[in-house]
Amino acid sequence: MDKQDINTEHSHGYGIYVLVWLGLLALTGLTVAVAGINIGGFTIVTALLIASVKAYLVLAIFMHLRSESKIFTVFALVAAFFLIISFILLFSDYSFQ
Amino acid sequence: MSTNTLVHVEVNIHRDDIGARLGMWLFLFTELILFGGMFIIYSVYRFTHQEEFHLAAQELNTIIGTFNTIILLTSSLTMVVSIVAIQKQKRNLSLLFQMLTIFLALFFMVNKYFEWTAKFHHGIYPGSDTLLNENSGHILFFGLYYMMTGLHGLHVIIGVVMISFMMRFTFKGIVTYDNYVKLENTGLYWHLVDIIWIFLFPLFYLIT
Repeated sequence: MDKQDINTEHSHGYGIYVLVWLGLLALTGLTVAVAGINIGGFTIVTALLIASVKAYLVLAIFMHLRSESKIFTVFALVAAFFLIISFILLFSDYSFQ
Repeated sequence: MSTNTLVHVEVNIHRDDIGARLGMWLFLFTELILFGGMFIIYSVYRFTHQEEFHLAAQELNTIIGTFNTIILLTSSLTMVVSIVAIQKQKRNLSLLFQMLTIFLALFFMVNKYFEWTAKFHHGIYPGSDTLLNENSGHILFFGLYYMMTGLHGLHVIIGVVMISFMMRFTFKGIVTYDNYVKLENTGLYWHLVDIIWIFLFPLFYLIT
């Protein structure tokens, strides 16, 4: 394999991206619809859950994490881990004040 | 013989696209920390002022917010498709999709402009008399709203400038079917801006 092949991998067709885009639009519709229903404390949980799924789709497909070398995913997970840790530590303090 | 030498020299030019993309990802993590800090501030104030955030959010226009979400998601699609087009050696198609991405980004900013000016007309802007007469949760909500969507908007403008440069590079043949890492990194940046909006949208527009 010469250098060019390493540098220009993962060439997809257009199809998968259009599908993901449709999925993202559907999830946007869903999150707006769910926000209209009063389900108390679950509203924020559902909204964040849907937002996370959308973010995952963008990361995995649009940003090519799925076809990228594994080290990229490891990096992204470490970054996400530290952000989530900050939230957990903060709220483990705030929730019990 | 001389041609062979030339080819030999070109092959040995240092090029590391994986390294370039990894570098971009590292930069994106610093952006994550920048916005992540603000999301932490938001979550704490939302936790301590739940009712007030609820009421303040009702003053935001959900329709414009939803519309802008659709615009930004679509711009992410045109961005990624422009990369596929350049991979398939369709330079003009790639240029068209890059232009569409810029167009959608500007459309997003125009909506933002109308949204903000409407708020200004109602006297809602940081430090305004109307806002300062409200309760502290209300002031915090709009302070965070202007700060976070403002910083996001700044990123959209930076994205537009970067994609403009990519259009120039594509046009001049610097970005080509076998060397498009610059365009791809710009795409990574653009998708991150999209991801941030994916979280901003429900947290500000959909908590009524």
